[in-house]
Amino acid sequence: MSGLRAAFEAGRFAVTAEIGPPGGADAEAVTRKADLLRGWVDAANVTDNQGANVRMSSLAGSVLVQRAGVEPVMQLTCRDRNRMALQSDLLAAGALGIPNVLLLTGDHPRFGDHPEAKPVFDLDGVQLVWTARTLRDDGVLISGKAVSARPAWLVGTVENPFAPPPRFRARRLAKKVSAGAEFVQTQYVFDFEVFERWMADLWDLGVTDHCKVIAGVGPIRSLRALEYMRTAVPGVHVPDEVDRRLRGVPADRVAEEGIRMCVEAVQRLATIPGVAGVHLMALGFEHGVPDILRRAGIPRPPAALPDHNRHPMEGIGHAR
Amino acid sequence: MGFGEQRAGGGGWPRPVVPRIGARLSYGLHRVLAANLLYRRLAAWLERRRPAYRWFTRVERVAKEQLYGCRMCGQCALPDTGYTCPMTCPKQLRNGPCGGVAADGRCEVHPDLVCVWVTAIERGQAAGHGADLDLLQRPVDHREWDRSSWVNYWQGRDDGLGVAYSEDDPRPLLRRELGLSPR
Repeated sequence: MSGLRAAFEAGRFAVTAEIGPPGGADAEAVTRKADLLRGWVDAANVTDNQGANVRMSSLAGSVLVQRAGVEPVMQLTCRDRNRMALQSDLLAAGALGIPNVLLLTGDHPRFGDHPEAKPVFDLDGVQLVWTARTLRDDGVLISGKAVSARPAWLVGTVENPFAPPPRFRARRLAKKVSAGAEFVQTQYVFDFEVFERWMADLWDLGVTDHCKVIAGVGPIRSLRALEYMRTAVPGVHVPDEVDRRLRGVPADRVAEEGIRMCVEAVQRLATIPGVAGVHLMALGFEHGVPDILRRAGIPRPPAALPDHNRHPMEGIGHAR
Repeated sequence: MGFGEQRAGGGGWPRPVVPRIGARLSYGLHRVLAANLLYRRLAAWLERRRPAYRWFTRVERVAKEQLYGCRMCGQCALPDTGYTCPMTCPKQLRNGPCGGVAADGRCEVHPDLVCVWVTAIERGQAAGHGADLDLLQRPVDHREWDRSSWVNYWQGRDDGLGVAYSEDDPRPLLRRELGLSPR
């Protein structure tokens, strides 16, 4: 059995990666990335207008990824849709057989390419998780109206263990889990001390019994990327030690050092009790994912969906 | 990112407000305003008398605007948030801070201001009401904007706005708790 649910059920260390849809009506761009990840990951997140920049929708991206033989995790944010649109997209994902959804509040439009847009935030991330769980398990919309057929996706969410207030972060995830989240992916883990304290808080709160924790990792492959990560990405905390290591090597070795640190991070995370897997964010570096996993000694997931090597448009209207 | 380039104010996005009045005093005032039969009758009377209701709402607006930066969503979450208004969060989050809070506790949208949830959690915990922050807050009913939240509270419409979950079953969330029943 392949896929995220199967990995969780078997207690196998799960690996997810990220596929950002293109800023154009370009199906090939999605399929190319999926081809690089197929057979190496349990599932791939398809982001929803990441960084508040307009991209192909995550629903379309998820369908394309699924057709290319990779299990999608459809991301859905509260930034661009009110509760009606969110619920209809959740139903659509169910109808198209998208096996996982990842529900989050989303970046504010001020960070993206349309800062003049109206921020919606009709629901917050916790309420969206709650809505999804009620939709699936009770078969009802927020209005109380029953749905004709229930979706079957797994409900995921995100948390940032590194953002203030530090001791509240585990409680915030506990809220999301009580609302219905079954797995969580975290922000990039560079600061292990803070991450381990957060994990300990999760154990204390009993969160780990109900929710699989997938730790976020990713290689920093240049000093420019390091600077960007430090200053421009909301909520990422890069400790000085990471800075020292990357600046301590010759310029032509920064990329390799960044990858090595990522490999070490995966290995270290795999030893932390309660960590059920890693989420490898290697934007624009999808081809490097297999290498990182191989070097970290993470076994490949069992054979995935049959590899059809399909044309991206093939099978439209025959989604699983 | 050019945080420095951002002009003052603007955006039309809500701006986090640090309340002008302490949390303990606010909880004290809450006891004065706590729902009882008299207030319920007053609320019912106000709802029958439009001009009176308008005046009452105006007073509530001025008082809460000055003290908490209230935006009159009509479904007050203040008693559950250390008397810090979550509707002044640029994302209007009702269930805690987003993941974008800067290391020094600043708001990601307004880097010159402290995240309203950082303030809320500090105030709630300092006043001995930290556990309220774990309540699940239902989605806002947008029909209630500009209505009196005091009247709504006295009329019992806010009951179950924040829902507790138990230790034994971490997900007892029934649809009637989530659904906003039509009025």
